[in-house]
Amino acid sequence: MIEVDEAITRAHQGEWARVVASLAKRFGDLDIAEEAAAEAFTVAVERWPLDGVPPNPGAWLTTTANRRAIDRIRRESKRDDKQKEAVAMHDDTPHEPLGAIEDDRLRLLFTCCHPALAPEARIALTLRMVAGLTVPEIAKAFLVQETTMGQRITRAKTKIKAAHIPYRVPETADLPERVSGVLAVLFLVFNEGYLSSGDHENSVRGDLTREAIRLTRLVRALLPDDGEVAGLLALMLLIEARRAARISATGELVRLDEQDRGSWDLALIAEGHALVRERLSVVANGGPRPGRYQILAAINAVHTSVRDARDTDWSQIVALYDQMIRVDGSPIVRLNRAIAVAELDGPEVALAEIDRHLGPSLDDYHAFHATRADLLRRLGRSGESRAAYDKAIELAENAAEVALLTRRRDQLGRS
Amino acid sequence: MAKYLLSVWGPDSDYEKENYGYASEEEMLKSFEATGKFNDKLQEEGYFVFADGLDAAKTATVVDGQGEKPVITDGPYAEAKEYMAGFWIIDVPDLDVALKLATEASAACLGKVEVRPMQTGPEA
Repeated sequence: MIEVDEAITRAHQGEWARVVASLAKRFGDLDIAEEAAAEAFTVAVERWPLDGVPPNPGAWLTTTANRRAIDRIRRESKRDDKQKEAVAMHDDTPHEPLGAIEDDRLRLLFTCCHPALAPEARIALTLRMVAGLTVPEIAKAFLVQETTMGQRITRAKTKIKAAHIPYRVPETADLPERVSGVLAVLFLVFNEGYLSSGDHENSVRGDLTREAIRLTRLVRALLPDDGEVAGLLALMLLIEARRAARISATGELVRLDEQDRGSWDLALIAEGHALVRERLSVVANGGPRPGRYQILAAINAVHTSVRDARDTDWSQIVALYDQMIRVDGSPIVRLNRAIAVAELDGPEVALAEIDRHLGPSLDDYHAFHATRADLLRRLGRSGESRAAYDKAIELAENAAEVALLTRRRDQLGRS
Repeated sequence: MAKYLLSVWGPDSDYEKENYGYASEEEMLKSFEATGKFNDKLQEEGYFVFADGLDAAKTATVVDGQGEKPVITDGPYAEAKEYMAGFWIIDVPDLDVALKLATEASAACLGKVEVRPMQTGPEA
């Protein structure tokens, strides 16, 4: 039974998007595709324990989903004649060759991340259609009501159909721009997994980070020479590598300098470093200037290249943040630079920089207050530090982070 | 193929302004020329169905023929800050093509363009 369960889980991870994508292409309707795919997996859960796992689970699921979709279209007499014709015409379409899997998934990914859809709908749709998360799971991840999330996804599906958003990977000329939109969605999915706003036990959602990495790998297979794709993949790998070390046994966030570096995933770090080196050599040989993901990956490569946090090359990190500010001069980037400056030039310099430049614009951002609290604590200004911790705790959404901030604040009291 | 309405919007007061709200006569003529060229291109590529500019919304008439006697009212359907000032109907393979054409249309006519699908489905 365990083997069958594993086969179903594996099939869900490996085949869900493919089944949805091939049905979407065939019937021109994401709604039908999604429902039929879900039904096929329900049938698998019922049948596979009795009949055994089929030799080609993907083909079995696609065929089953196709039959379900055809049944539904036949049942619904209101379907227009053209769609009925499509059913008749394609009734015996053979299963697509295995080589087409990645194409199908990519096509679906580009459709779900189409710029004509609202940004929040792109993420939701990608998680539902490509990653196969259920609507309640997605609603929970983003702290919205199930009905709201359901409506958001339905609305997006309706628009794709009515506005004829195509199911395909964009033309070469349009790819760079469309890919940056896809990367933005994948990074948001990753971040939601990494620092989720959900409850305690879900402070880190491994399923979301893994799925984001998997999809980024797919995009990289399509565009192996794209620096930002490589950069985002490297960035995700280098962050994911530290996942186990990031939450303590008591469910508290563990900051980079206090993590047990022995529990980092060395294979992921090696892969991430290799990608960063690849990009550095391209840039060194006159390639395009690195964008945000490549710079962030380089910063994470510096962090992950020493076994002891005290050996961190902070001057290189500050230099990389200077480079980052030229790409994106937002207050959040400046805040992160100031955190590095605190290590290089001391907390007083960093605090002065933060208070001089960032105050009003980041007043609603928990990390701004958490950073100030930390710097004030290091400067021995306990009263001000406590006030800043209070503000940070009030604004933070991640349970593990709240736990860390609360402990730090309470330790102030005892000192 | 799928049909879309590309529409351009603006305040009704533009119709009374010198150069119809364009910054200068030169800019207006340049925009007319660019829009003409864009229309020619649509024709050549086989995407063109129809295009025209609309007269001021205050010249519109609303008719309600649902009752026994038609009710005729002067003015546009709804009072708004901006009204549709012109439109294209195009017949293209999908939204990606429509968005690309809308980008060109917007640059030519110097206004934002709304892209709205028609309900008729794609031709088989």
